[in-house]
Amino acid sequence: MASTAAKAAAQIRERYLTWEGAPIADLPDRPKEWFIDLYSSMRYLRCVDERMLKLQRAGRIGFVGSMLGSEAVLVGAARAISSDDWLWSGLREGGAALLRGLPLSEYIAQMYCNSLDTAKGRQMCNHFQHKGSHYPSWSSVIGTQIPHGVGAAHAAKLRGLKEVHTIFFGDGATSSNGFHSGMNFAAVWKSPCVFVCVNNGWAISVPARAQTASGSYAQKALAYGMPGHQVDGNDPIAVHEALTALIERARSGAGPALLELVTYRMMGHSSSDDPTKYRDQKEVDLWTGRDPLPRFARFLDQKGWLDGAAAERLEAEHNRTIDAEIHVQEAAAPMPLRSLVEDVYAEVPLHLRKQYNDFHRIAERLGQAQPGDGAFPL
Amino acid sequence: MPTLTLVQAVNDALKTAMRRDKSVLVFGEDVGPKGGVFLATEGLTTEFGKERCFDTPLSEDGIVGAAIGMAINGLRPVAEIQFQDFIFPAFDQIVSEAAKLRYRSGGQYTAPMVIRTPYGGGIRGGLYHSQSGEAYFCHTPGLKVVVPSTPHDAKGLLLASIEDPDPVLFLEPKALYRSIKEEVPEGHYTVDLGTLRGVREGKDCVVFCYGAMVPVAVKAAEQAAELGHEVRVVDLRTLLPLDEEGVLEHAKQVGRVVVLHEAPRFCGFGAEISAMIAENAIEYMDAPVVRVTGFDTPFPNTLEHHYLPDARRVLDAIERVMAY
Repeated sequence: MASTAAKAAAQIRERYLTWEGAPIADLPDRPKEWFIDLYSSMRYLRCVDERMLKLQRAGRIGFVGSMLGSEAVLVGAARAISSDDWLWSGLREGGAALLRGLPLSEYIAQMYCNSLDTAKGRQMCNHFQHKGSHYPSWSSVIGTQIPHGVGAAHAAKLRGLKEVHTIFFGDGATSSNGFHSGMNFAAVWKSPCVFVCVNNGWAISVPARAQTASGSYAQKALAYGMPGHQVDGNDPIAVHEALTALIERARSGAGPALLELVTYRMMGHSSSDDPTKYRDQKEVDLWTGRDPLPRFARFLDQKGWLDGAAAERLEAEHNRTIDAEIHVQEAAAPMPLRSLVEDVYAEVPLHLRKQYNDFHRIAERLGQAQPGDGAFPL
Repeated sequence: MPTLTLVQAVNDALKTAMRRDKSVLVFGEDVGPKGGVFLATEGLTTEFGKERCFDTPLSEDGIVGAAIGMAINGLRPVAEIQFQDFIFPAFDQIVSEAAKLRYRSGGQYTAPMVIRTPYGGGIRGGLYHSQSGEAYFCHTPGLKVVVPSTPHDAKGLLLASIEDPDPVLFLEPKALYRSIKEEVPEGHYTVDLGTLRGVREGKDCVVFCYGAMVPVAVKAAEQAAELGHEVRVVDLRTLLPLDEEGVLEHAKQVGRVVVLHEAPRFCGFGAEISAMIAENAIEYMDAPVVRVTGFDTPFPNTLEHHYLPDARRVLDAIERVMAY
């Protein structure tokens, strides 16, 4: 176990690339296709993000929590979390889920909140889930998913499963009850989980310096009795290697760890937020220069693995895929009215059947009832 | 058939569930070797091991949050909150997460779990060991709220709660933990959630109550009998989802209703019963519905036996509805 922990620590580097994209450490032993996939996947997520923002501006969908700038976090993480492992998340991890098995059709259906959305249009936009790839439903409340992931990891341990639970949250969530209880329980229980703090500098309008007096988010781990590591979140290799090491460490029985991924939220908190009111353009410009996509493109170009023209072809291909799916989702029906009272409980109880039937009576009287909206038997 | 107290019946239910289903586990503060502050979990760690009955760090938010994760990942957690007064750090996890998970995920994810917690006054516990917070939770769609008043029901309702596909808040009347004993069947049986229980026959007036107020209602009914009033007593047992049909049936049959609970009155559970009768059965009523409740104050200490409704206050309400 000690050797696993030592191996994990050795695999974790703050960064593998300079801001200009030049390697500064021995690269992981991977074929060139693996590195090209990292770039292609980042480009794919950026295309998805840009399309969603366009749809939001056009009034087709209601809300986007942009992942612009965090593509290296999402791709590095997605490639590190195996299909048996779990991803517990907050607002901005939908891209990682997409790369791990959440179908694009379900992603876009959820953005439209239509009848093809597996959550039946009940959550606001940008709240994804995918049971098949172990990506549970999450709420908009900050930090509440953290003890869920810990409980699920503890369940895995009790059930003798080898899966590891990765638990993502933002820098703001480190101030929440859930962060404290989750970190503490996991450390005491030695749960097979990895806490991933995506530090993008801002919790809506509150910067890191107003969120904590700690020198870093990673160092909070020490007080709970687990290792903490801070890694460049705009370097997909560094993200991948660090998370892989900590997942395997947890899988070996060595317990949880905290990984802080330093990145930057290039857009507002959401499509409803105007960040120019509270942050300095100079800071945005600094991080624009650290954009993970051109940085990684330079790395691939220097290696002779992918040139600019090939990168552009990737983008065109991604956009064709996304646009085709948008056309399908545009045409999908809204949810039937009866779904208002379904899934509150396993069975619709009498009081909800009555409430719905009374509502349906009014809809029928006004000629507004649709097929499938019929009353419940009482 | 063994004769058990209510808290022994809870213990028996937990053991029965854990013997039947390996995925059932019990955790909370001091529930392990100590067996809980009221001994509800006594002997569980010994019989089932520390992997299935264990102490957690001291965080209600963590206890309930972790329970949700366990439920999502294939276990049947039974979490204990040591006193219902301490449940509020977990309010967010109960209300925002456990109760809404099925709905918000379109039925993809569910949290079949039980939160057991002793509630109510009568043990000189002051503000923070005495409260009855059922109304907060009954206002939460997606949650079930169960309150037993007898050892038989405590066991049968707890087993039904553990087997239920939805999250259940199981409120145990700590004032009754050791004050009543009755024969409780050995082994497995359930009492269906959402069904009320007729406690006492009567054709003149009905008292709707639950938990620790049930014996208070019975005592008042016995005193009323001496005055010539035949008072029916109904134990609601499950507050959410409520046996609405049963409540209305009793109200219509009798025409005079008293609602009794120890929680504060304003926006309390009695208001719901009263409104339900006003909306659905007012033409059957021979008198206004009268509520007997705790005061709209924090829970007192030295004066708790005046805060808590007792037989004389219930009898006064019965006399008022009978005289109307």
